[in-house]
Amino acid sequence: MSDTLSRVKSIIVDRLGVDEAKVVPTATFKDDLGADSLDVVELIMELEDEFDMEISDEDAERIKTVGDVVTYIDAHQ
Amino acid sequence: MTEQVSIVTGASRGIGRSIALELGRDGNCVVVNYVGREEEARATARLIEEQGGRAIVEQGDVSLASDAERLVESALAAFGHLDVVVNNAGITRDTLVLRMKDEDWDAVMNTNLKGAFHLIRAAARPMMKQRSGRIINIASVVAIMGNAGQANYVSAKAGLIGLTKSVAREFASRNITVNAIAPGFIETDMTAGLNAEWTGKMVEQIPLGRPGSPEDVAHAVSFLASPKAAYITGQVLHIDGGMVM
Ligand SMILES: NC(=O)c1ccc[n+]([C@@H]2O[C@H](COP(=O)([O-])OP(=O)(O)OC[C@H]3O[C@@H](n4cnc5c(N)ncnc54)[C@H](OP(=O)(O)O)[C@@H]3O)[C@@H](O)[C@H]2O)c1
Repeated sequence: MSDTLSRVKSIIVDRLGVDEAKVVPTATFKDDLGADSLDVVELIMELEDEFDMEISDEDAERIKTVGDVVTYIDAHQ
Repeated sequence: MTEQVSIVTGASRGIGRSIALELGRDGNCVVVNYVGREEEARATARLIEEQGGRAIVEQGDVSLASDAERLVESALAAFGHLDVVVNNAGITRDTLVLRMKDEDWDAVMNTNLKGAFHLIRAAARPMMKQRSGRIINIASVVAIMGNAGQANYVSAKAGLIGLTKSVAREFASRNITVNAIAPGFIETDMTAGLNAEWTGKMVEQIPLGRPGSPEDVAHAVSFLASPKAAYITGQVLHIDGGMVM
């Protein structure tokens, strides 16, 4: 597992209180992980802090799955 | 009741001081904010401590986002959590629109409306994490009535009511309630400078026949911050002796 994925996973598990096994790259935040829009915003803000980067609102809107986050972070680090 | 932590902006004088004292009596740890009058803010904190409460004094200009963020950080650093934010800091720059300068407009908007936005944004994260919080915005009856000579102030206060309702909806799912209080004519420094003839006429129009005291407002804040008000959000509570019905 990539380092990014494991860091992203632990933030998601902590924030959404979901079982780690469910946090797979194809999982969508809203449908598979039960996040509402505030959860997603909070998550994005925590990821920004954790990875010391800014994710614009437009980019954030395109992030739907756990895999999208990992790809985005790896591309922008 | 477990100990609550509250921030009261503009708590050095007037209504803000009364709110800080009342919340202190309710068992809150209070962050007493001021912008310029440090001595007065220290006096507020001393009064809270004399009542057996806990308080810290924090300078900060709410119109600056960084100062608002620092207030929230200070509350968390001193007391570990944040439960209540009272956006009370406010100024007036009264004049007729024809004579109103951009600076008069901007100063009032930046403190009275943007200041509340800054503090709400900064406080939202810890409150969302806690899954609880109370935000109480001090608006004014003139937001509903309009007032000649106060276009800037009235616009800011009407905006504050809109902000209250929007944020109430945004954060309701996190058990954060957001309400506004609309005081009428309250005896403080803000109203002390007004023309006596005009204030006399003003008081005549109050059904309860007297100006309000800062304590009248503070009691309502105390209620909205208490568990008794858990099911109230997005509301505007008038504390005005019946001026607006
Ligand atoms: N009095 C009324 O009849 C009445 C009626 C309706 C609504 N209100 C509202 O009630 C609130 C309190 O009014 P008041 O009559 O108690 O006013 P006040 O006696 O003039 O006190 C104003 C308070 O706001 C603080 N303040 C001003 N600008 C600030 C800034 N940029 N950042 C942080 N703090 C700032 C002042 O701090 P310093 O002491 O350091 O200057 C002071 O503590 C205001 O929002 C006002 O609009 C008042």
